[in-house]
Amino acid sequence: MSLKYEDVIEKYEPVLGLEVHVELGTASKMFCGCNTIFGAEPNTQTCPVCLGLPGALPVVNEKAIEYTIMIGLALNCSIAPFSRFARKNYFYPDMPKNFQTSQYDEPICVNGFLDVEIDTDEGIKKFRVEIERVHMEEDTGKSLHMGGATGRIHGADYSLLDYNRAGIPLVEIVTKIVPGTGKYAPEVARAYVAELRDILRSLNVSDVKMEQGSLRCDANVSLRLIGSDVLGTRSETKNVNSLRSVERAVRGEMIRHAELLNKGERVVQETRHFQEDTGLTRSGRSKEQAEDYRYFPEPDLVPIVPDAIWIETLRAALPEKPSTHRKRLQEAWAVPDKEMASMINADVLEIVEETVNLGADPTKARGWWLGEIARIANEKEVAATDLPITPKDVAEIVALVATGALTDKLARQVIEAVIAGEGRPSEVIEKRGIKVVSDDGALMVAIEKAISAQPDVAEKVRGGNVPAAGALIGAVMKETKGQADAAKVRELLLKHLGQ
Amino acid sequence: MTMIKKSASEMADALANGETTSVALTQAHLDRIAEVDKDVHAFLYVDTEGALAQAALADKKRAAGEKLSPLAGIPLALKDVMVQKGIPTTCGSKMLEGWRPPYDSTVVSKLRAADVVILGKTNMDEFAMGSSTENSAYGPTHNPWDLSRIPGGSGGGSSASLAAFEAPLAIGTDTGGSIRQPAAVTGTVGVKPTYGGVSRYGLVAFSSSLDQAGPCGRTVLDTALLHETIAGHDPKDSTSINAPVPAIVAAAKNGNVKGLKIGVIKELQGEGYQTGVLNRFNESLELLAGLGAEIVEVSCSYFEYALAAYYLIAPSECSSNLARFDAMRYGIRVGDASGVSAEEVMNLTREVGFGREVKRRIILGTYALSSGYYDAYYGSAQKVRTLIKQDFDNAFTKVDVLVSPTAPTTAFKIGEKADDPIAMYLNDIATIPVNMAGICGMSLPSGLADEDNLPAGFQIMAPAMKDDRLYNVGAALETALLSKWGAPILSHVSGLGARA
Ligand SMILES: [Zn+2]
Repeated sequence: MSLKYEDVIEKYEPVLGLEVHVELGTASKMFCGCNTIFGAEPNTQTCPVCLGLPGALPVVNEKAIEYTIMIGLALNCSIAPFSRFARKNYFYPDMPKNFQTSQYDEPICVNGFLDVEIDTDEGIKKFRVEIERVHMEEDTGKSLHMGGATGRIHGADYSLLDYNRAGIPLVEIVTKIVPGTGKYAPEVARAYVAELRDILRSLNVSDVKMEQGSLRCDANVSLRLIGSDVLGTRSETKNVNSLRSVERAVRGEMIRHAELLNKGERVVQETRHFQEDTGLTRSGRSKEQAEDYRYFPEPDLVPIVPDAIWIETLRAALPEKPSTHRKRLQEAWAVPDKEMASMINADVLEIVEETVNLGADPTKARGWWLGEIARIANEKEVAATDLPITPKDVAEIVALVATGALTDKLARQVIEAVIAGEGRPSEVIEKRGIKVVSDDGALMVAIEKAISAQPDVAEKVRGGNVPAAGALIGAVMKETKGQADAAKVRELLLKHLGQ
Repeated sequence: MTMIKKSASEMADALANGETTSVALTQAHLDRIAEVDKDVHAFLYVDTEGALAQAALADKKRAAGEKLSPLAGIPLALKDVMVQKGIPTTCGSKMLEGWRPPYDSTVVSKLRAADVVILGKTNMDEFAMGSSTENSAYGPTHNPWDLSRIPGGSGGGSSASLAAFEAPLAIGTDTGGSIRQPAAVTGTVGVKPTYGGVSRYGLVAFSSSLDQAGPCGRTVLDTALLHETIAGHDPKDSTSINAPVPAIVAAAKNGNVKGLKIGVIKELQGEGYQTGVLNRFNESLELLAGLGAEIVEVSCSYFEYALAAYYLIAPSECSSNLARFDAMRYGIRVGDASGVSAEEVMNLTREVGFGREVKRRIILGTYALSSGYYDAYYGSAQKVRTLIKQDFDNAFTKVDVLVSPTAPTTAFKIGEKADDPIAMYLNDIATIPVNMAGICGMSLPSGLADEDNLPAGFQIMAPAMKDDRLYNVGAALETALLSKWGAPILSHVSGLGARA
């Protein structure tokens, strides 16, 4: 029986630390001209440089530096007038040179912050997450260990190596420790990654797809007794591949740490791997004995000394901040805080905006994405934005409802069908023969039929009990297979019964 | 005098005049290699077919009246640390046995563009670590002056190929003296260009911040012609200098030291230097003074620490540079069997693939970079490096060039210092400061030492990107010495006996 979250936060204060790796969307790799297309045939996007062949030398991708400076500026960092690459030395088969070219004690961006908002029972709460550094490095290749019980390098029969990813530019964004989030720690962690993702997307520097690994989060969590200022031992959870997982991983680790501490045991400083299926973490590499990476300045590269004018040009060209953009939308659409928070939480704000941009009424668009579509997404356990229904489809449906060509009920049928792959809304309507019955004559036939089937109800309505009409309207709707406009039926029925 | 005894520029004239063809010239050198290399062992690989094809192409271009580079059709020996597409490149190590690189180094691309004929790959100390070429996994190279002696190192194969008339030109690389010290002990000329003056792309790295490829020849002018062919900015090497190449060939043709200030480094003479080497050095100074140069003594007090600092920086960088040799992608693979993990294969391969000196330096460098030791070792060594640079900067405010003996002694016997790494390291005491400061240096023959009748080297050093000064002074001294000797020093090469 695991400890309740409420009991954890009553006794302990969580301290967060978040490291986010972002694959930059540059056309070529960090130190060579190879392509960076996701999902290409293994080892087809390689050259002497990214394979680490003897004699090959790196040349820094200028675009990667530009993107990193943009990220630093968007995160309110200072841009270092002088920064350097360093070599991080360790052996692993998927690392061609057996050292990673990274930045160590001289990163390009330092000391920034990112403000995040979360929706709580006590209203919207704001937290400032301080950024320690933003630095560049190269990604490693990928290993696939075949055979053996664990899928790890030890005990494998053989290993397959794909170096397409080796040398893809990565930016690592590291927060300072984040204290003071209390019970909201999991939500703050999630909101931070979401906000960061939105910023990166607005900068157009990465496709920020967590499920493809182009944005990866490592969550560091430690607990300390409330009132104490001594930091606890932290664990570092890797492999957190969705926003939901970030929240789950932090909550899960808080509970796990608290259980250990309550039993008088100690938390081991280690890497842990998040398991999507269980929401738990499993133990990875111990970090009790700090690994010695023997960092030293990369002698094959010259220091990065960005021109001050260039930095100011990049600063001036930064797009609107996602938070400002959201405020603007909220005002334009007249959305209450709670509703805005729901959209953000459900991660549909952007798709709603696209739908609105296609002409849909903001309230209606939001209603569909947060309502019927979110419900189906929930059922299927996927994100609403991953369902095969587009903002264009929804805008079309909203328009059809507005003109009376669809009722809300019919619209739901159309949405289901579009998601089921039956085609675009117009095709679904055509194929299924969906149409609103608005012909008064046809409706009157159905109304007469309903009245004769339930004469006592009809009598009540005639006697002034208008709410009783619901049963009759229901019967008419059933008779017309939902294709009637319920408002129209109600109007005709009440008139017919003298109301 | 047969064609192979000529200088490269004389060969170039003969080609231009139609006296010979590149194919004939190349074949003559291939024949010479076949004749003497079983004794010298300068070459690890001879690319007979490729060389003749390149020669035929050069002849064809000449026949078609194309505008050719000054060295078009001239054969050259390439140090085996420089990659050439499709040609085995071992770096003198068992680790890379059988590896054929899929790409050309920039130096090779430039040689190809100039229609230089690459004869093959020359022997070297494993991964350029050594001063005798005894550390090659493929056996030592023998000095053509005396086959029982070392030809210097690490580029002993390149220098020996010149002294044995197996090639008129060669490419070397110099991290702490690997071009200049072999030149000194074989009676040939070698230049370490300014760091960044010649691209390192495709030079298998030993110590990235010190490595520099450069030209080797039998005359100052030949060396200059080769230097100009391979120099220049390369966008593939981030440390390459983006500035025009100095007028090297013009300087080699000038050779005028009148009014020039030449500084003799106090710290690079005296104790530890062989008397005969010092005698030849002092005679050379007198000749230069006779030509109108002003000779002054300068002190570079931090040179005392250069060797110690070098043996921290170079091994540190090498420990990282050589990490890539792990059996995963190229080279030999040891112990690969089901149930043996990749990590174990890496360990087994590195155990077998690397020789003793390489392992010694990897261990030294790994230690120097370890956390807790970094500041004391690597950090301090970098500070010394800055101080050495300042020593040079100060000296160059007073003089135009600096000079010293290239190596403290003439060629020693094979095996003599094999078990004493410190004695071996001391060979480079006069050459290392140049690499530490990133400036340029030349070695040219100053004569034969009295004790052993073996060649001694004279070193000239100039500020970064002032490589032309080396050639100007070198040419003046060479001319003066030649008139004193009456014949090039290499006419005395005795080790090959009747065959020479
Ligand atoms: Zn590449």
